[in-house]
Amino acid sequence: MHLLPSGKTRDNLWTLITPPTVWAWHFLLSYITAAYACAPNDAIFEAIPGPRLLVAVLTVVALAIIAWCGVRAWREWQSEYVAPPFNEASPAHRERFLEFSTLLLAGLSFVGVVFVAMPALFVVDCR
Amino acid sequence: MRSVGAGEGRRAHRCEGAFARGVPILAFLAFAGCVRGPQSTFAGAGTEASSVEGLFWWMLWGGVAIWIVVLGVGVYASRPRPAAHDEIVGKRMILWGGVVFPTVTLAILLGFGLALMPPFRGPAEGQAIAVSGERFWWRVAYDVEPGQTGVARGLPPGGIESANEIVLPLGVRTEILLGSPDVIHSFWVPAIAGKVDAIPGRVNRIVLEPTKTGVFNGVCAEFCGDAHAQMAFRVVVVTPEEYAAEVARQASPAVLTGTRGEELFLANGCGACHSVRGTEAQGRVGPDLTHVGSRRTIAAGILDNTPENIAQFVRATGHVKQGVEMPAYPMLDDDELTAIADWLGALQ
Repeated sequence: MHLLPSGKTRDNLWTLITPPTVWAWHFLLSYITAAYACAPNDAIFEAIPGPRLLVAVLTVVALAIIAWCGVRAWREWQSEYVAPPFNEASPAHRERFLEFSTLLLAGLSFVGVVFVAMPALFVVDCR
Repeated sequence: MRSVGAGEGRRAHRCEGAFARGVPILAFLAFAGCVRGPQSTFAGAGTEASSVEGLFWWMLWGGVAIWIVVLGVGVYASRPRPAAHDEIVGKRMILWGGVVFPTVTLAILLGFGLALMPPFRGPAEGQAIAVSGERFWWRVAYDVEPGQTGVARGLPPGGIESANEIVLPLGVRTEILLGSPDVIHSFWVPAIAGKVDAIPGRVNRIVLEPTKTGVFNGVCAEFCGDAHAQMAFRVVVVTPEEYAAEVARQASPAVLTGTRGEELFLANGCGACHSVRGTEAQGRVGPDLTHVGSRRTIAAGILDNTPENIAQFVRATGHVKQGVEMPAYPMLDDDELTAIADWLGALQ
């Protein structure tokens, strides 16, 4: 991660897509966890606390990373606040645009991760 | 060509206006007409269908409320207050109306739906019914061992065979095991429950808990080929006592043998594909016809079960049901067809 002289992050496309990427990985790993536990489909009424706990851990980790990305973007955007739209062809507006976009994507990804995890909260077995 | 006068034009315009106004009313009446039919999710004939119906109404009226609010805000912003609005108020509206409200609403709906699902799929009572979706009909076997679901599996063998009509006991959670030997089908009785796919190489399950007696329609809900739309069946809900009697009756051999119709049936090779227990016909390719006369329909739910329709179907199968696997028998004369149809119709 590149830092600016002020100690702030130099935002780029990678920092922008980190929250949705975490969301995608959370979805993939949760899906594989449930599929691995339930694919034999033999004992469909047997509780699967282990895989559900794993999904819970994955969810906490994913939400923490996404929240950290969102808070960082929010702080850096607010510290040198520019109101949208960020129309000027300048490094400052480029930074503010990326920070603001990262904040929105972090919010969306946060909700996405919660929704992906909800089935593990309600469904206790493989039925 | 005669030109249309101004008066006629106005009249025509008025007629079109009346027609345009009438369309929603007609559409509503058409909708109302199918609301309580035998193939309607609004029939409320099963616990699962009733729950889904409740969810539907919540979502419908919730959607209507959101639609009214959004349009109301749009009208307010463009008509009574067309000037620029306060930026802070606008941002708050976006935050609360565009972010918080839909997120919370969707979370509640998701939670509500997820909470409904496990009980639907809970354990069933009694023996299961195996149903195999086959192009383009439904093989049914009563009294098979329940719970044998999973991947790399076929439906459990045995059971009391029937086809295209499923009898269910009222108020009992009956497990339907679903499989297929050819392509993916989907088993759906809208009046009683949701739909589940019948997939080659695995056994799925759905639990039907009927809450009303009567005859309901079932359909294939996954496109499976030419006659997909004609791959229907009937579900007959009866009391548990009647159900036990019905399964026992289905287990018995054919009630009428030694007729000319049976002779012709066997002589023309029908027994290579169809079974009629108690006769030499032991085919396994097509529907079991041991008690075909007692079913309400023939050709997988598409024709009323009358001797005339049976004769018509045997004579010109592909004409009645395009894509059907059974060959037509146009070489049989009317007398022979009538004899076969009368015999099949008598197999109660």
